[in-house]
Amino acid sequence: MMKKSRFLSLALTGALCLSLLAGCGSSGGGGAASTPAPNGGGDVSTPAPAPAGDAFKIGGVGPLTGGAAIYGNAAANGARIAADEINALGGIQIDLRYEDDAHDAEKSVNAYNTLKGWGMQIFLGSVTSTPGVATSSEANRDKIFYLTPSASSTDVLGGVSNPLTGTVDVQRKECVYQMCFVDPNQGSASAQYIADQNLGSSIAVIYKNDDVYSTGVYNSFAAKAEELKLNVVSVTTFTEDTKTDFSVQLNDAKAQGADLVFLPMYYDAAALIFTQANAMDYAPKWFGIDGMDGILGVEGFDTSLAEGVMLLTPFNADAEDEATRSFVSKYQEKYGEIPNQFAADAYDCVYAIYNALVAGNATPDMNAANLSSLLIEQFNSMTFDGLTGEGMTWDVTGAVSKSPKGMVIQNGAYVGMD
Amino acid sequence: MKRLNAMSRTSRVNFLTYALVIAAFVVLQALSMGGGLSATLQGQLVPVCAYVVMALSLNLTVGVLGELSLGHAGFMSVGAFSGAVAASALQGVIPASGVRLALAMLIGAVFAGIVGTLISVPVLRLNGDYLAIVTLAFGQIIKSIIENLYVGVDGSGLHFSFLKPTVTLEQGGRMILNGPMGIPNIEKISTFLAGFLLILITLVIIFNLVNSRSGRAIMALRDNRIAAESVGINVTKYKMMAFVTSAALAGAAGALFSLGQNTIVAAKFDFNTSILILVYVVLGGQGNMWGSIVAASFLTILPESDAMRGLRDYRMLVYAIVLILVMLATNSPAIKGLFGQILDRTRSKKGGNTP
Repeated sequence: MMKKSRFLSLALTGALCLSLLAGCGSSGGGGAASTPAPNGGGDVSTPAPAPAGDAFKIGGVGPLTGGAAIYGNAAANGARIAADEINALGGIQIDLRYEDDAHDAEKSVNAYNTLKGWGMQIFLGSVTSTPGVATSSEANRDKIFYLTPSASSTDVLGGVSNPLTGTVDVQRKECVYQMCFVDPNQGSASAQYIADQNLGSSIAVIYKNDDVYSTGVYNSFAAKAEELKLNVVSVTTFTEDTKTDFSVQLNDAKAQGADLVFLPMYYDAAALIFTQANAMDYAPKWFGIDGMDGILGVEGFDTSLAEGVMLLTPFNADAEDEATRSFVSKYQEKYGEIPNQFAADAYDCVYAIYNALVAGNATPDMNAANLSSLLIEQFNSMTFDGLTGEGMTWDVTGAVSKSPKGMVIQNGAYVGMD
Repeated sequence: MKRLNAMSRTSRVNFLTYALVIAAFVVLQALSMGGGLSATLQGQLVPVCAYVVMALSLNLTVGVLGELSLGHAGFMSVGAFSGAVAASALQGVIPASGVRLALAMLIGAVFAGIVGTLISVPVLRLNGDYLAIVTLAFGQIIKSIIENLYVGVDGSGLHFSFLKPTVTLEQGGRMILNGPMGIPNIEKISTFLAGFLLILITLVIIFNLVNSRSGRAIMALRDNRIAAESVGINVTKYKMMAFVTSAALAGAAGALFSLGQNTIVAAKFDFNTSILILVYVVLGGQGNMWGSIVAASFLTILPESDAMRGLRDYRMLVYAIVLILVMLATNSPAIKGLFGQILDRTRSKKGGNTP
């Protein structure tokens, strides 16, 4: 009897734990909205107030948990703000749902399938590149329109030639469009910018060679740098497992006398690089790309170390225009932090789709394939003004055409550099 | 039923394991054809088969040979990449996808077997914790190698380069494997039927190995190495037999897995994946093949199910709690006793042959 009652109590405790957690989950994390969560996690997937049935079902997939959660949550939050604004207008209603993929291609396809089962009509794609390659193939096969905020790899779009070998390895996926710059554009634009502005006489590069984004940018940078005869003196790499210590890479750059270091990577690693370079009295010019955006928001990071860092980014949270200010204040109010470019890209994605739906007189009872051909037609012809650029256009390649803004960090804020 | 009872205990368990797999296949296939499966589950059929084979093959090392391997995902990775590269390169030569898939799985198994043989030479000189640590390191080495490997194909065949993508291809060529970016466009040719057949083949191989003279030698090594050695059992030979078979099966599973995905990257097959597969084996019971099958399928489907997705941000937390509870429950003597009582009662009701 004794044994049985112990088992019973164990089972009951387990059941209680589960029901408690389930209760928290289904209440939609109302608490997360009022208390500023550090990563803005929480109520990203609360169902929209719009009645289902006469709303467009828009789905998205991103890393809401795990190491890349900061990007997924930012995108989900940005899209949520846009959807709420559009629903409040009273016209077209949007039912937005984000699912977690933990930055894994296999899980992202599972999440995509879940959304498909839910009846998704338009897909906001994956937030990160590797899962993006997988979900874009799936969506293209199912003829669901795909507009990704930030999966910038060329393999997401397909049909782009590999900058190093000149071969087209992935066929163009017709239903897939991007809101962000495609990686090679960033790499070659950076090299061009450095050459035009004559920013450095000897250049070092540190990149993450197990990451699609970082490697993609580096490859195109290397190709363009050779063409422009930039003097690249040091190229060093790191991986997910070694992203805590950069002394080898920095020492190499220093020993080779590099006066400009190009950092095609996300800001979490860059923050460490700045700190460690400061500790070894190495102060070259730093040049980053859009993944560097957000560095001023890293907790415990001394922002004075990022002083003078240059970066190419489409979005500036300190911009003075009305749209940006309204978005930033809403985001801060709701999620308690300054939005980064992922949030802005996702916000723009929802609005771009909204504009296209309005222009094409789409109705929520249309099926995904019809919506897809309607949206493709609209995207190939329309011009869109958003937070991340004015006069954006798309063509049949799916890549967006907008100009990156050169920014420099001065006195703890991003300032346009021109 | 009478014949089932007349069988020895091992063959009865083996028979029931085959029956379990076949029944599950028939039910799922029928549901899938009738449209009764959710889109999520439909998409998971092939990965579940691959994970089941992974768990079965690791069970051979952990449960039957009794050595802890923490680098099993490395073999899966070798099989996944060699199989996918082969399938992609043979696209023009063999149009029939079924034949190409079978060939890819075979190539995956051969390559993983070769790597397994190479690794087993230094690894199997060690025991226990040391062996676990070295297999862990080998898993990482395989990941690093594939992350720096570039493979292209053109009219004159495959071209390789290491560290830098210096492959030059003639007109009409394309890159298949792009270092850290992995293989971006895989033609999905894996089917649920192929996965089911691979599970059956794996079971046949494992059961026949375990029930053979070699299998008994391997289990003798597990139970008492010194005693086994003293009666003249060749330690290296039998350890290697189990280890390499396990690696080759993992390679075939890897090929099945990769050809059911749109894209694969080497980072997918990291230490965490090895541990995940080890969890399937430990949860299902070491040396218990049907347990591995059930645990692998259940734990693959559970976190992606609609019910778990309903928990939103708490999904992975609840998954972890479920894991801990199952671990506690299956190891608790109270529950084992409870199961034992139920089993005894049903047996005595039948008036059967309780021991």
